[in-house]
Amino acid sequence: MISVTGVSHALGGSTVLHDIELEIPKGKVTALIGPNGAGKSTLLSLIARLARHRTGRIMVDELEVGACASNTLARRLAILPQSSEIAPRLTIAELVAFGRYPHHLGRPGKHDREKVAEALTLFDLDGLAQRTLDTVSGGQRQRALLAMIFAQDTDYLLLDEPLNNLDIAASRSLMALLQRLAREHGRTVVIVLHDINYACAYADHIVTMKGGQIGPQGDAETLVDGRLMHDVFGTDAAVHRIGGQTFVAV
Amino acid sequence: MWRVVLGLVGLLALSGLSLFIGVIDLRPSALLRDSEALQLLAVSRAPRLFAVLITGASLAVAGTILQMLVRNRFVEPMTVGTGEGAALGILLVTLYAPAASLFAKIAMASATAFASTAGFLVLARRLPPTQPYMVALVGLVYGGVIGAGVTFVAYQNDLLQMIGVWVTGEFSGVLQGRYETLWLAAVAAVLCFVAADQFSILGLGHAASINLGLNYRQVILFGLLAVSLVSGLTVVSVGIIPFVGLIVPNIVSRMMGDNLRRTLPVIAMTGAGLVLVADILARVLRYPFEMPSATVLGVIGSVVFIWLLYRPARHAP
Ligand SMILES: Nc1ncnc2c1ncn2[C@@H]1O[C@H](COP(=O)(O)OP(=O)(O)OP(=O)(O)O)[C@@H](O)[C@H]1O
Ligand SMILES: [Mg+2]
Repeated sequence: MISVTGVSHALGGSTVLHDIELEIPKGKVTALIGPNGAGKSTLLSLIARLARHRTGRIMVDELEVGACASNTLARRLAILPQSSEIAPRLTIAELVAFGRYPHHLGRPGKHDREKVAEALTLFDLDGLAQRTLDTVSGGQRQRALLAMIFAQDTDYLLLDEPLNNLDIAASRSLMALLQRLAREHGRTVVIVLHDINYACAYADHIVTMKGGQIGPQGDAETLVDGRLMHDVFGTDAAVHRIGGQTFVAV
Repeated sequence: MWRVVLGLVGLLALSGLSLFIGVIDLRPSALLRDSEALQLLAVSRAPRLFAVLITGASLAVAGTILQMLVRNRFVEPMTVGTGEGAALGILLVTLYAPAASLFAKIAMASATAFASTAGFLVLARRLPPTQPYMVALVGLVYGGVIGAGVTFVAYQNDLLQMIGVWVTGEFSGVLQGRYETLWLAAVAAVLCFVAADQFSILGLGHAASINLGLNYRQVILFGLLAVSLVSGLTVVSVGIIPFVGLIVPNIVSRMMGDNLRRTLPVIAMTGAGLVLVADILARVLRYPFEMPSATVLGVIGSVVFIWLLYRPARHAP
């Protein structure tokens, strides 16, 4: 379980997270939704220690973020940031292999190579493994970054808008994979999504954020309705339930 | 792989050639019967060869590490104030402790090189990463300001000529007993190779480094130390050798990519070869006179660099 207690955070002189209290259930897919600027990325980056929190406390199971060794956390939790500015000339295979670094610290073994091969296959990158990152499309690049995070083989996965640049097939197969990781392997996935329909279809739990605060949370069926769309997003999108599924009309 | 073998063979051949070029005629056959020839080899030619190889290899590695720290391909220790910082250290020692030992000189030069490089890093991080040329330009200006300071102080103290001789890179003064500290630069380069993965990860950016559990500050500090030590040692021992740290990492990155575990050995070899070629040319172009290797490298380096800027990258297979 990830638990956040009493965390506030300021950026550029203004408070962007106000006294956050949040528990993210273990072994489930939790979607984090909310309007632009709500503080979703900031919250994820604090949980993943990309930035230091100055107030409050963040725990990942028994590990306290900021107090435990960074390398220990790297074997427990991985993050895919919203935008990654990866510049070096690396092949996709080399990039994915770096996902194993927290485990082998520079001396990859047989198990590491197997994990990398598995990740490449899972994200349909076998044919692209030897291509450099600057010669592939945006979606292929995104899949390479996801494969790297997957190869890191952590109990917790934080993904900030991972569907960026992915086509519908890749999006659906990623969401299905995340669901499988949670159900069959007990992994905990926290995913920031802008397309509420994906959140409704694949997430076990949905948390809303607005103005640096946590809003209502719950499962798609009870949480998502016209009023929520109005209150959280300030838009009047109609919400339909068809065959037990929730759809937001766009 | 065949490229590496070919490179090694070429480097060996050039090294052999380098041993037998010089004002005093020395032939391989003479080594067998002439003890004076052996003496010449041991006291002058071999030390010079080692100094050239170590300088080239370690500066090329230092350039690569600096480029990873700054995340910019257009910087090298000799254009962002590191070399000028080392010159400042030498000047300070000359002024205030002229009797200091070689080690004290090296320590001071490395310390001032460290301070000036750290200063550049702080400056570079405030610049927009979308403007790579700006980072390089700011480095040039920053190095220029430090260099101007060195020149001014040297001028005031009538040391201009001495500083000029000190900092213009050339290998004619390398003799047995006076270059051995350079091996420390080789050690620094080897340590960088040991930490190759960490520097590669650093190149992936802050977020990716933290995600992979890298001790970000510690790796940056280590990189800074290695770059400063290599610069301090080479500037004290042979002077400022330009362009190696800039063009070698760029050429190798274009051919083989940026996975340092794979590329650093090739980078070291290419750097050594480049400085060796420059040093051989410096000795034969106006035979029997010598010119500074730094001058030859300046000409080769600037031409190659302009060519690199205009040629689209060829990607690793
Ligand atoms: N470096 C910064 N300096 C100042 N303010 C910042 C900085 N980064 C983010 N902010 C502000 O912090 C708030 C939260 O940003 P955050 O990136 O967490 O939002 P988000 O919910 O992820 O939005 P989006 O959906 O657009 O990704 C925003 O109001 C943003 O303007
Ligand atoms: Mg965001």
